[in-house]
Amino acid sequence: MIPAAFDYVRAHTTDEAFAHLQQHGADARVLAGGQSLIPAMRFRLARPAVLVDINALTDLGHLRISDQALAVGAIARDSDIERAPWIGERRWSLIRDASRVVADPVVRQMGTVVGSLCHNDPAGDWTTVALASGATVVVRGKTGTRRVPIDSFLVDSFATAVGEGEMALGADFPVPDDRTAGSYQKVERKVGDFATAAAAVQVSLNADGTIRAAGVALSAAGACAVRVDAAEKLLAGQKPSAELIRAASNAAWERSAPQADLRGTVEYKKHLAGVLVARGLRQALARLGVQA
Amino acid sequence: MKVNVKVNGVSYEKDVEPRTLLAYFLREDCKLTGTHVGCDTSSCGCCVVVMDGTRAVKSCSMFAVQADGHEILTVEGLAEGGKLHALQQGFWDQHGLQCGYCTPGMMLTSYALLKQQPAPSENDIREGLAGNLCRCTGYNNIVKAVQQAAATLSQPAGAAK
Repeated sequence: MIPAAFDYVRAHTTDEAFAHLQQHGADARVLAGGQSLIPAMRFRLARPAVLVDINALTDLGHLRISDQALAVGAIARDSDIERAPWIGERRWSLIRDASRVVADPVVRQMGTVVGSLCHNDPAGDWTTVALASGATVVVRGKTGTRRVPIDSFLVDSFATAVGEGEMALGADFPVPDDRTAGSYQKVERKVGDFATAAAAVQVSLNADGTIRAAGVALSAAGACAVRVDAAEKLLAGQKPSAELIRAASNAAWERSAPQADLRGTVEYKKHLAGVLVARGLRQALARLGVQA
Repeated sequence: MKVNVKVNGVSYEKDVEPRTLLAYFLREDCKLTGTHVGCDTSSCGCCVVVMDGTRAVKSCSMFAVQADGHEILTVEGLAEGGKLHALQQGFWDQHGLQCGYCTPGMMLTSYALLKQQPAPSENDIREGLAGNLCRCTGYNNIVKAVQQAAATLSQPAGAAK
């Protein structure tokens, strides 16, 4: 299982990386953490003619929090998130939960958040988190840099809004307010496996205890991560209750359209989608001091 | 493509194909066969080495060209001056291995873990080693080995036997 031969270029600046990508178009792939790409190349599922290594672009290794967003650079590692000094804050609980269950602890020391978004595996974790938290991806194209909301970024299995010759520079996760908490619930056969099913949930409360807004998304429930719009709509404006959580859980069950594989049947995975959304909502609310 | 990788303090200047994986570079070009290849697809952790002192990486899922200009630590580089590293001594004393196939990966993953977290709890160690599979020991003795090493390494210099 040796990858097909390819040409390797190491970029030392973003401009240089972009120039290589423009030159080679569809034949080139960006090499960031490589923790999905390299195994895919070894199985010959991917055969890029050129790899553009961006690991030397240390200016894309940032995790920066501004008033509006957490900016995650293209080579920020999963383990950088896991160990960020602010990761214990309640508002980041969705991202913290996910950062501890992506792949395994060694893979996380190389793997990147942005690479995972660009890979867009149907059973990915960060894509699901990005949907529930309303992230945007910063993409550099021929005419300049544009910001793509995650819903339109995720096009299809292993396909994104990053076009030929383009490059994702980073992803921005909006800073949740201090009445926001989240939860990431994942069922996997073993550490390091892809999700059999997973749910990302983020809830913001109003001062009166009603739900201001909710993000609900599923992994391994369709061609790529899916937003459960129906659950988000029925939660908004309501007071948390067991009945409300049941309704959101049912909406997740309905929305989930998984494929049967070694990890489980369609029926089982749909069941999990419902259960995990309910657990996620209960945990997010508990983190906000609300029992429902 | 020419690469220069410092492995266990020694510079290896080699001409490699870009598709050469770091694990095979270490084993076949550097003749350092202590790094094992198990699943070959980043699931088992047998091939873990440490890059630039603190980061554990699965060398089956990284190209040798990516290590150009970097420092790699393999199991052969743990002992110094004929004296076992605290992790090796821990695995010896606590019977942290049977067949030994996973052991280099276990020790290098633990090496990075102890650099990042010098005083890990038992749970930290179990979670930190979750990407490394062992089919023999049931993990308990591996955890004890890492605990022993953590205790040894946290003693002031010179106090260790």
